Amino acid sequence: MRDDAGGVLSRFRHGDVDAFETLFRMHQRAVQGWVLRIVREPSAAEDVTIEAFWRMHQAHARFDPERGFEPWARRIATHAALDWLRRRKPEAGIAPELWDTVPAPRESDSAVNTEIRNKTAQAFARLPAKLRVAALLAVVEEQPHRAIADALGISVGAVKLRVFRALRLLRKDLSKQGITP
Amino acid sequence: MNEHDEQMKDLLRRAVPPIDNVSDAARDLWPVMLRRMDEHALRGPRAVPWFDWALGGALLAFAAVAPRTIPVILYYL
Repeated sequence: MRDDAGGVLSRFRHGDVDAFETLFRMHQRAVQGWVLRIVREPSAAEDVTIEAFWRMHQAHARFDPERGFEPWARRIATHAALDWLRRRKPEAGIAPELWDTVPAPRESDSAVNTEIRNKTAQAFARLPAKLRVAALLAVVEEQPHRAIADALGISVGAVKLRVFRALRLLRKDLSKQGITP
Repeated sequence: MNEHDEQMKDLLRRAVPPIDNVSDAARDLWPVMLRRMDEHALRGPRAVPWFDWALGGALLAFAAVAPRTIPVILYYL
């Protein structure tokens, strides 16, 4: 089984389309799920997933089978998602109609009114993309710092720093609007 | 992280709730991928970006104006 998997990775590295299809089918859900956590729109997640696999296909010769496909795929997907966030206007980042794609707030959230949530989401959408991704994955999605660091190609310390800066900037923005968490 | 950061995190989670069941809705995207690969194959090799053409043109113009710089340009290529 391992030899077979190794064979697929090796054939992919040499540009074999069948091997690429095998890897695509094996990893599409995981990659798309990861991308969705970042872009937070199902249709955009599909586009970014395709873009990410396209980049993998283009970069097949640089793939190192010894290091495994999943971490490599996740890193490429994360950067494709980051590019998508950067291209997007901040004002468009939190369209209310898109909130249907995420779960409804819990009952205990009643203390935080809708306006504060909206303003927080808007302020969050104004943060630089690289800070937003770190905060989304670490704070909202509660992913391990190690996994985020690997996906972004930075150190765990850099992830913590980005999260810290994101929270500070968010608080500053909200304070200007008279909201003190 | 101090108490303020924890409160900020809590507010952020309420404003931007986590996404559950991320992979449940994933449909098979391989046909879309294949279509993209086919389109690329039909178009042929990627066109040279305009910036590369502009850079090449500028170098040629510079070499035409100052032919003595040609060896220097070739050295740095």
